[in-house]
Amino acid sequence: MKVLVPVKRVLDYNLKVRVKADGTGVDLSNLKMSMNPFDEIAVEEAVRMKEGGGGHPAGTATEVVAISIGPEQAQETIRTALAMGADRGILVKAEGEVEPLAVAKLLKAIVDAEQPGLVILGKQAIDDDSNQVGQMLAALLDWPQATFASKIVVAGGKINVTREIDGGLQTLSLETPAIVTTDLRLNEPRYASLPNIMKAKKKPIDAKTPADLGVDVAPRLTVVKVADPPKRQGGAKVKTVQDLVAGLKAAGVI
Amino acid sequence: MAVLVVAEHDNASLKDATHKVVTAARAMSGDVDVLVAGENAAAVAQAAAKIAGVRKVLHADGAALAKQMAEPLEALITPLMANYDGVLFPATTTGKNAAPRVAAKLDVMQVSGVIGVESADTFVRPIYAGNAILTVKSAEAKKVLTVQPTAFKTAGDGGAASVEQVAAPAGPFKSAFLSDEIVKLDRPELTAAKRVVSGGRAMGSADEFHRVIEPLADKLGAAVGASRAAVDAGYAPNDYQVGQTGKVVAPELYVAIGISGAIQHLAGMKDSKVIVAINKDEEAPIFQIADFGLVADYKAAVPELMAELEKAGI
Repeated sequence: MKVLVPVKRVLDYNLKVRVKADGTGVDLSNLKMSMNPFDEIAVEEAVRMKEGGGGHPAGTATEVVAISIGPEQAQETIRTALAMGADRGILVKAEGEVEPLAVAKLLKAIVDAEQPGLVILGKQAIDDDSNQVGQMLAALLDWPQATFASKIVVAGGKINVTREIDGGLQTLSLETPAIVTTDLRLNEPRYASLPNIMKAKKKPIDAKTPADLGVDVAPRLTVVKVADPPKRQGGAKVKTVQDLVAGLKAAGVI
Repeated sequence: MAVLVVAEHDNASLKDATHKVVTAARAMSGDVDVLVAGENAAAVAQAAAKIAGVRKVLHADGAALAKQMAEPLEALITPLMANYDGVLFPATTTGKNAAPRVAAKLDVMQVSGVIGVESADTFVRPIYAGNAILTVKSAEAKKVLTVQPTAFKTAGDGGAASVEQVAAPAGPFKSAFLSDEIVKLDRPELTAAKRVVSGGRAMGSADEFHRVIEPLADKLGAAVGASRAAVDAGYAPNDYQVGQTGKVVAPELYVAIGISGAIQHLAGMKDSKVIVAINKDEEAPIFQIADFGLVADYKAAVPELMAELEKAGI
């Protein structure tokens, strides 16, 4: 079974977010960009399916293809996936913001060409926090979906996925081909070793454009403004537990 | 324009998230209908009909809808959208799962996690884990939104909408439900609780988490939450996690014990009315947003707090 893993280049999760003074967006200039953490989990799961591990027999995945949609530098994000163990990459070059619906359409075009048995995506990107692409891709393909996965078992032509839902866990059985999106506790992604980083440089990356794939990526939504979150008035301290209880009483919350 | 709100429920009872999303919908339109999709959920439909400001309740009942999975929900909702200019889902795991599937079928770009409705086409939502707030205008003919329920007031009861039956989708579907493990809680549900007590990594072990956090929560009649660090360390189960990637809560009282206050966590609880932080690290970021910060080791402070609450007759 071929497995496709889309990966997004985002502001590194350790970095502080700075809203641009003119309110048009978030300042990303000269800042470290990394693979979206949920996508790292997706790559890790796909590579375990290929190599064996995490409950998957080796060969569950026959080939792992990493896809990124973004500027030329998104190639680095694909290289990271290749260093983790993906076999080859596809870069769809697109400048500026590509909205989830357009991403899903680009991925559908790639899925139509590649015919994978499974696409594993991060449940959301930590920049726009949309949590849409996997579900949209499933809809466009008319494939079954299991979002927020904490466990994936491939058996007997089906994919059984345990999902993190409000109040607990739910397990679904999906016909293949299928879409799965990852939650935090599916696995712990590896760090790529130096030899694997070197090897990844030789793995092939195909470059495409939205036009090649016949998809219009013009945004549907207009950004009115981006602002800092309102500051919460806080910072008051109490010296003793007695003062705390008295304060809570005065505030009427106990 | 008329808009549809997808009800949050468990077939037995209607969840308050629905009432909150109705408030968001009312800011877009005077004609708000509610869809109850489930199995043997007639009582839920009746409860939805009582929400003030609801025009009509659509009730679809069938085995395929028992677990409100994405495929049958989409098959139900997409055709209904011929009669609506917008559909609002609560930003719960059920809503987040199904909404984009409907949006893609309608060829509409969804707006996720809405915390403010400025007009029928302009919405406010957090991005970058709440570190920035985006206001966005949608020119889409039909709006598909997920709405953060905690950001809106609850619509009261007092309505008397009619309930109209609609056919449940028949399938077949390519995904099947196998099992679920719903944690049975003796405590209030985290996202709906008026009070929340959360523990962080400082607990050091699952035993300590149970020993310290749970009695205090029970004393206060509170739900139990946890920071991502505590969940990742295995001190608390996944569904306790409060934060941008976990649950977003806004109780009247939020008590953070041994939580440093990573931005990720703050995004999940900063809208609480009153925040208490107990942490021995004076520099912990949680203190910057706390209304009552107590610099103390929880090991001494929590027992003392229990005793003081006892004295106060709580």
